[in-house]
Amino acid sequence: MHVEVDVPKCVASGQCVLLAPDVFDQREEDGMVVLLDDNPPAELHDAVRESATVCPAAAIRLEES
Amino acid sequence: MTATTTSRVVIVGASAAGLAAAETLRREGHTGPLTLIGDEPDAPYDRPPLSKETLSGAWSPDRLPLRTQADLDALDLDTRYGREAIGTSVAEGTVLLADGTEVPYDGLIVATGVRPRRLPGTPAHVLRTLDDALALKDRLGPGRTLAVVGAGFLGAEAASVAAGLGTHVTLLEPAPVPLAHAVGEDVGRMLAQAHFDHGVDLRTGTGVSEVVPGGVRLDDGSVVEADTVLVAVGSRPNTEWLTGSGLTLDDGLVCDEFSAAAPGVYGAGDVARWHNRLFRTSMRIEHRTNAAEQGMAAARNLLGAQRPFAPVPYFWSDQYDLKIRAYGYLRGHDEMRIAEGSLEERKFTAVYRTGDRLTGVLAAGMPPKTTRPWQQAIAASTPWRQATSLLEGAAA
Repeated sequence: MHVEVDVPKCVASGQCVLLAPDVFDQREEDGMVVLLDDNPPAELHDAVRESATVCPAAAIRLEES
Repeated sequence: MTATTTSRVVIVGASAAGLAAAETLRREGHTGPLTLIGDEPDAPYDRPPLSKETLSGAWSPDRLPLRTQADLDALDLDTRYGREAIGTSVAEGTVLLADGTEVPYDGLIVATGVRPRRLPGTPAHVLRTLDDALALKDRLGPGRTLAVVGAGFLGAEAASVAAGLGTHVTLLEPAPVPLAHAVGEDVGRMLAQAHFDHGVDLRTGTGVSEVVPGGVRLDDGSVVEADTVLVAVGSRPNTEWLTGSGLTLDDGLVCDEFSAAAPGVYGAGDVARWHNRLFRTSMRIEHRTNAAEQGMAAARNLLGAQRPFAPVPYFWSDQYDLKIRAYGYLRGHDEMRIAEGSLEERKFTAVYRTGDRLTGVLAAGMPPKTTRPWQQAIAASTPWRQATSLLEGAAA
């Protein structure tokens, strides 16, 4: 799985950080998403998919391999 | 509904909630037919930017689709865009479309959203769809005048964008303080000041009775002139098509704590009124995050998960240089307290009490991580006294 984030679209809800803290973080100053791992291990895939679906800005894009 | 290979699922409403439901159904193993019906001609697109980046022109409409066509194709949906559902029979398991087609289902997800309330008189602009946003955008700019009726989140965001483009904006609000019911009077007054600071003529305590050619007529009979009028006085859930279906309607489609309206029928998004166990109350939430979360929950429970839908709601609003973020259920709160920062500087974290519990947190101009402990305390139903015991000046 390959993960991309569209930072300008991010609205700093932090939903992804709560669901997959090993893959996503937020910038300290404005809360914008920070991608920690663009190729997460299989055991995190469900949490990453859920993050992408629930992201209120549709800022997370996945490519499933 | 458990036979996931043969059972037919129909989702009515092709926006954020309907899309989240479709994705979740596929991800959780539903391989049977899946139909997505929407009355707009477009594939699912994002609405929050309509009153922000779309209206300002910062983003072109091609940034709005929620998924790429390839992502949608991978879901293997029978899409019916531009088709309006006009009825359903829960007993027979069919949705009736305006063109006379009947679509049979074993499971139904209702995600038909809301539509703007309007005012009597001359037709005016509203802001719900992409077409609405583009039509309004054409009317903004230097030398133009705009009257916005309603200083809720939508009206305030539109006023903010319009003023930023050089439009002369009059913002008319019947309540004495805008958004007081949603965020409290103190925060509402701060938001009112932001309008004044940016040259918007905010008039509170001012009701509008009708739209007239060239403006709006106020309750006192006087007329506020404007080239363009935007009516932003709230929404009505799209439930008329469910009349006579056997489903319960009461300011929305009434659902239980699992988001179920009847066996095999679930509601999601703006249209659904459900019992949120976490806040021990019935609620209907018109916010973007809830649409996706409830779409996911409805899909899972339709497939048999039997998990209560009990989220901490989240919303954000961009007004001028203010970015407001709020978690929880602030409506009807009993007390607001500033936990950090100051309202005067417009950098603060506010916490909200309802009964004896912490029920909300709202922040502006603060690092998002400052809200996370509060968010977790809300999710854990923390008593107010315990949650606020570490604040300066807290009662012993």
